[in-house]
Amino acid sequence: MSTVLVLAEGREDGGEDRGEDRATCALLTLARRLGTPTVALAGKGDTRLLAEFGAATIYPLATPARSAAPGRTTAPAALSPVAARVAMLAELARRTQPAAILIASGRDGLEIAGRVAVRLDSGVLSDVIDVHDGPVAVQSVPGGSYLVESHVTRGIPILAVRTEHVAVRPAPVTPAVHPLRMRFPDSTYAVREITPRRRQLCTAAVIVAGGRGVGSRDAFDDLVERLAAALGGVAGGSHTATELGWCPRDARVDQLGTIVHPSLYLGLGVSGSLRHRAGMRDAATIVAIDRDPAAPIFQFADLGVVGDVHQVVPELLAEIERRRAQPVIRTREA
Amino acid sequence: MRIVVLVKQVPAGDTEFGPDLTVRRDGRAAGLNPGDSFAVDQALRIAVRRRDVRITAVTMGPGEAINSLRTALVLGADEGVHVKDAALHGSDALATSRVLAAAVRRLGFDLVLCGAASADSGMSAVPAMVAERLGVPALCFADALRVRERRVEIHRDDGRGELRVLVAAPPAVVSVTERCGEPRYPRFASRADSRDKPLSVWSLADLGIEPAEVGTRGAASVVRAVTPRQSGPVVVQGDPTSAAIRVADFLAERRFL
Repeated sequence: MSTVLVLAEGREDGGEDRGEDRATCALLTLARRLGTPTVALAGKGDTRLLAEFGAATIYPLATPARSAAPGRTTAPAALSPVAARVAMLAELARRTQPAAILIASGRDGLEIAGRVAVRLDSGVLSDVIDVHDGPVAVQSVPGGSYLVESHVTRGIPILAVRTEHVAVRPAPVTPAVHPLRMRFPDSTYAVREITPRRRQLCTAAVIVAGGRGVGSRDAFDDLVERLAAALGGVAGGSHTATELGWCPRDARVDQLGTIVHPSLYLGLGVSGSLRHRAGMRDAATIVAIDRDPAAPIFQFADLGVVGDVHQVVPELLAEIERRRAQPVIRTREA
Repeated sequence: MRIVVLVKQVPAGDTEFGPDLTVRRDGRAAGLNPGDSFAVDQALRIAVRRRDVRITAVTMGPGEAINSLRTALVLGADEGVHVKDAALHGSDALATSRVLAAAVRRLGFDLVLCGAASADSGMSAVPAMVAERLGVPALCFADALRVRERRVEIHRDDGRGELRVLVAAPPAVVSVTERCGEPRYPRFASRADSRDKPLSVWSLADLGIEPAEVGTRGAASVVRAVTPRQSGPVVVQGDPTSAAIRVADFLAERRFL
């Protein structure tokens, strides 16, 4: 049986889990259909968990020793996570000659997939949601309006998988662990990461906006701010909410305030007036909760909930807390 | 400082597939990929801080693709390069990155800018591939971009509470998201000036690329089937608890939880 190389989404030191473990288990579930999974593990990963999902061979990255660059007096810079993973995958692909390489899609995942594809001169498929024998990949493009079946004809197929669409299934094995020692070239250190500053409305990936339906300043703090904090996003307000003083003026989302392009926009008690819509219609995903079933926002929301925000949002916060408290792996019911 | 902006012509409206299972581009209304207009505007924002900036827009595609270059010139690019060749039809991401990287190398560059995802195929790996071929660092999905003499800095919000700031030294490739700032509406003078800006057309031979390496023949992957999927807005009614669970499921499916 051929090997299939899987890039484990290892956590950085001391980082909390943001779904990386589930993503890795989903990749392993798919990899088992194509062959024997071999895992490239950079960062801190749980080998017990990998074994439970069928990782026959694990290559954890041994802490790299950097060749002292000439003329450099500062402490050695940290490895760029993307560049290190690209180098690891290219090296392991050379050693193990896998039948496919599976990477979790995401901002970093896509960059890694693209760079590895160029190094190996291999075909790459993104937005993969399912894999059949062959390997034939089912892609969901763009924004899920088409399902496309493709297969790679040159080199080692590189699949960037949208793991949230994959139901995870365990299949325990006893893994062989071989620490991987590598010497990284200087280019691996070219991108540095520095400590970020405060999150801003205009660049936020997640925005929770409150409108007139929120009702009061206290409710705004209690519902909008709390939900934004729970989702790791930023709170914003409609024209009405800012004019009534429920939120600061620089949090206003509309044509004259901030025009936003978040990945997720969640409107609470926002009717979706033309003015507000001009500021947020380019959001990738729109969720709306409002009492009025005739509110215009329901015509362009991806998911609309007709209900009182004062009842739905506390339930949603409780549900999010419940899910966070659960163990990481959740099998989605088929 | 030479800034090369990679732009792309995309069909307006929804994506459609032709009989050979490539995205249909001929005979349809098309325009500059919205993400790329943000990239052109970011280049202009760098240009106002320095005197020596030259902005070159590069595109590859059929004859109509030159319209995307014209738009880029109106938005403020100084010159345009159109890579046009009959052999390019059906190029995949690897071939596209090969052609673009060759064009960028021929021009010379300090910074390559482009939109982070194109509206028609969403193949976001191309910027990273171009960087790999050029052997320079890539800073992908920039939500904010700051360029200094020896330092390119991007800010990224990856969702789920993850904020990152990445720094590299130029030359580098940067792909920007639509959060980096609304492109300014071009002045009339800019429209009028754009007619006098130089536009050159290069063929694959000019770039030293064999026709067999690109297009349908050089593709490293093959599409077997395309199935349209209907999805429209969903509106849920009912008691708050089940509605909340529905919303949580929706968010979890899209990796926002």
